Amino acid sequence: MTAILSTSGLGKRFDGLRANHDIDFALAPGEIHALIGPNGAGKTTFVSMLIGRLAPSEGTIRFDGRDVTRMPAHRRVALGMAYTFQITSVFGRLSCAENVALAARGRDADVQRALERVGLAERAAEIAGDLSYGHQRLLEIAMGLAQRPRLLILDEPTQGLAESEVAAFKQLIRALVPDTTILLIEHNMSVVMELADRITVLNFGEVLAQGTPAQIHDNPAVQAAYLGTGGQDAED
Amino acid sequence: MSRRDLTLHLGLVAVLFLLHFILPAYHHGVLARIMVMAVYAIGYNIAFGYTGLLSLGHAMFFGAGLYGMGLAGLHYGVPAFPAFLIGTACGAALAFVVGLLALRTEGVSFMIVTLMFSQVAYLALLYFGAFTHGDDGFVVPDASRTLMGLSLSDEGTRYLVAWVLFSGALLGSLWLIRQPFGRVLIALRENEERARLLGYDTKRRKLAALVISGAVSAASGAAYAALFGYVGATFAGVQYSIFALLWVLLGGAGTVLGPFVGTLFMFYLIDLATGLTDAYMLIAGVALVGLTLFAPQGIVGELRRRFWKDLP
Repeated sequence: MTAILSTSGLGKRFDGLRANHDIDFALAPGEIHALIGPNGAGKTTFVSMLIGRLAPSEGTIRFDGRDVTRMPAHRRVALGMAYTFQITSVFGRLSCAENVALAARGRDADVQRALERVGLAERAAEIAGDLSYGHQRLLEIAMGLAQRPRLLILDEPTQGLAESEVAAFKQLIRALVPDTTILLIEHNMSVVMELADRITVLNFGEVLAQGTPAQIHDNPAVQAAYLGTGGQDAED
Repeated sequence: MSRRDLTLHLGLVAVLFLLHFILPAYHHGVLARIMVMAVYAIGYNIAFGYTGLLSLGHAMFFGAGLYGMGLAGLHYGVPAFPAFLIGTACGAALAFVVGLLALRTEGVSFMIVTLMFSQVAYLALLYFGAFTHGDDGFVVPDASRTLMGLSLSDEGTRYLVAWVLFSGALLGSLWLIRQPFGRVLIALRENEERARLLGYDTKRRKLAALVISGAVSAASGAAYAALFGYVGATFAGVQYSIFALLWVLLGGAGTVLGPFVGTLFMFYLIDLATGLTDAYMLIAGVALVGLTLFAPQGIVGELRRRFWKDLP
C-alpha cells in the first residue's frame, strides 16, 4: 500500500541543537499511528515540519504522492492535513460554534456534527475562553474533525482530560478510521497501546524503534530509553 | 446579524439624523466633523481592532484621501464625487503597496515600518511642495465642493453628507465583521498561527484587511477635504496616526461603535477642557489615564464586558 504521508532523511537543526535527524517515516492510509518518546525527543518538532509550521533543515516530506516539503501550511491543510495543538490554542474570545465554524469553512452542517461528536453540542454558544481546560482540548479536537481531514495529527490530545473523557476520546478516534488517517502524539500509554496500529518511538531526535504495540512493548531499547536504566542490557 | 445589534446601530444612525434638526449651530458643526473623523477611526479599527494590526502610520492613508481628493480638484478641476472616489482609491492603492512590504513584519516591527512609511509620505508631501503646496496647504476650489448642485460648504448639506458617509461606514463595518471574512480577521487577531493551520492564507487576508482599512481611512480624508475645504500636510503627520489609535482605544478596539464613541469623547473632552483652562491637555491627560485605569478595554469594550457580551 502506498503511504499517505512519508518523510525521508528529514532533519531539523536549531543553531547547534539537532532536534530531528534523518527520520524516515511512512503512514499507511487508514491507520492509527502513535508517535511516542521521552520529553524532548523531538516529537513536536517532527510533526511541526509535517504540517508546515517549521521548515526542515534537510530531507523531504511527501503527502498523497506530492512533495510538500516547501509548501506553506495553509496549502497543506487544503490538501487534507489537519493539526491540533499540544498547547490549547482555541480562539478564546469567540464562541465554541464560531471556533468550529472557522475550521469548517462554511460547511455549517459539520459544525454541529463535530461539536456533537466531542460532546460539546450543549456548549456551542459559550465563549471558548471560559471553558475548562479539558473542554478546550475537546474543542480543539472538534476543530480538527470539522476540517474533514484525510490525515489528522493530534498533539497530546488527552492531556488534561478526565478519565471518562479519555474513554470517549478513544471511541471517537476509532470511529474516524479508516476514512481518516491518524497520527497521534501521546504520553498516556494506555491510550497508545489500545488505539495504535503501529508505533514509532523517537529518542534524541531519531527513530529508535517502529512496530506494533506488542513489539514496542517488548523492545528493550525502548524500555531503556523510557526508564533511563539498563542501557547496557538493551544493547546486548 | 442579530436584531438587537441592528437595532442598536440603526438607532445611533437615526439619533444622529434627528440631531441635525435640533442641535444648536456650534454642536451641529462639531458633530459633522466628529462623524467624518469617526469614519477614519472606523477604518483604523478594521486593521487594529479586528485584525490586530497595530499601525502607527494610518495618517498616510487619511492623507492619501485628503490629497487625492484635494489635488484632483485643485489641479484638474475634478468634481466632488469623482474626486472623492479618486481620494479613496489612492488610499486603497497606497495601503496595498505598503501592506505588501510592511506585512512581512509583525508586532513592534510592523508598528515601526508603518510609522516610517507614513513619515516618508509626509516628507514627500513637503518635498513636492510645488505640486502639493506643502506646509501651507491649500483651499479646495468651490467647483469641487458641489454635489448635485448643493454646496458642500453649506452647513446643513455638510452635516447630511457626513451623516451618510458615517452611516455607510458604521453599518458597513458591522456587516463586514459578521461575514465569514470578518470572523477570519478576528481569528487572525486572536491567534494567527491557529488560523494558518486551519488552512487560511493569513498574509493575503491581512493584506485585504489593510486595504479595506486604508480605503475607509482615505474616504474619511477625502470627505474632510470636500466638506471642510482645507488640505494641509499636518493631517498626514504622525499625530494623526496617533489620534486614530487613541480614539479607537478609548472607544473600544474591536467594537463597531467604539471608534465613534472614542472620537466623540476626545473631541468634547478637549472642547470642554479648553473652555476651562489654557492647560486643557492636562485635563485631557488625566481623563485618559483614568479611563485607561478603570476601563482598559475602552468605553464600549467595558460596556460589552459588563452588560452585553456579544456586542459586535
